[in-house]
Amino acid sequence: MSQPTDAAQPVLPQRGAILRAAVGIGLYAGAFAVTFGAVSVGSGLSVAQTMVLSLVMFTGASQFAFIGVVAAGGAPFAAASAALLLGVRNAFYGVPVSEILHPRGARRWLTAHFVIDETTAMAIGQPTQAAKRYAFWATGLILCSLWQLGTLIGALVGRAIDPADFGLDAAAPAVYLALLWPNLNRTETRVVAVAGALLAVALIPIAPPGLPVVAAAAVAVVAGLRRARP
Amino acid sequence: MTALWIALLIACLGSYGLKLAGMSLPESVLNHPRVQRVAAFLPVAMLSALVAVELFDGGGGRYAVDWRTLAGVAAGVVALLLRRGLLVVFLVAIGVTALLRLVT
Repeated sequence: MSQPTDAAQPVLPQRGAILRAAVGIGLYAGAFAVTFGAVSVGSGLSVAQTMVLSLVMFTGASQFAFIGVVAAGGAPFAAASAALLLGVRNAFYGVPVSEILHPRGARRWLTAHFVIDETTAMAIGQPTQAAKRYAFWATGLILCSLWQLGTLIGALVGRAIDPADFGLDAAAPAVYLALLWPNLNRTETRVVAVAGALLAVALIPIAPPGLPVVAAAAVAVVAGLRRARP
Repeated sequence: MTALWIALLIACLGSYGLKLAGMSLPESVLNHPRVQRVAAFLPVAMLSALVAVELFDGGGGRYAVDWRTLAGVAAGVVALLLRRGLLVVFLVAIGVTALLRLVT
């Protein structure tokens, strides 16, 4: 495991602030993971399947997309497509993370698992290289631990309760909107967001479950290629 | 092994593969402007599609809206407009939805 502290260097001045921010993100992630676990078993997945999603997939939006399609009665492979398309953004986070951590060999395999929205945002937001490394690993390890713990609690509790009684059905859409929010400051991303939602809603009565979300990817492809032309 | 397990494992390993690819592919591929634009739009289009489907898909190809869920998400949007963080947005949305479901 890469340790963020370097014995040859003085203690990071930003260390306390980074740790506080990482714990804050971890607490939110833990609460969201409880929701994920409860909604997942409520959607018909087993506790084991729910845990494999959190342990191996370990990227929240893709996990929710997967169980959302399953809950809607969609084909398992439509669920996998939606999860994978949403996971494409993690590949792009690999570029700045590689520049910060320069992981080699086996360490690259381990580091890759932790490349998600929160760790990338925390790492690139720091002023120095050492602070970036510390932020990546502090956020990654705290978030991952609480994500697994939260999922397990949610999956076990979820078998005994109806997630809707606790308003948990509102959690995923509210969190997606919060993730979208910073992107909606530009006209072109607003247009893409609205077009994706409208296309998905239009397809609900005619497409098999899961496909409306996958089809929204086409909006991104068309918008991305079109805007690239001079 | 069921189809659900197979699809789940493909999605899990594929998701990890995407993360690993980002750290392994030559930067010129991922830094291509067109590729970057599509990648930036992908979560925007799909997350908003997910929100819309979660709110308006009644299952079986029919539209349905649970106004209590809608009200909870709307309360979350108010929290966003007030520049609150993710945890607050999350708690406000589920709190309002749970409360409305309790009293109606």
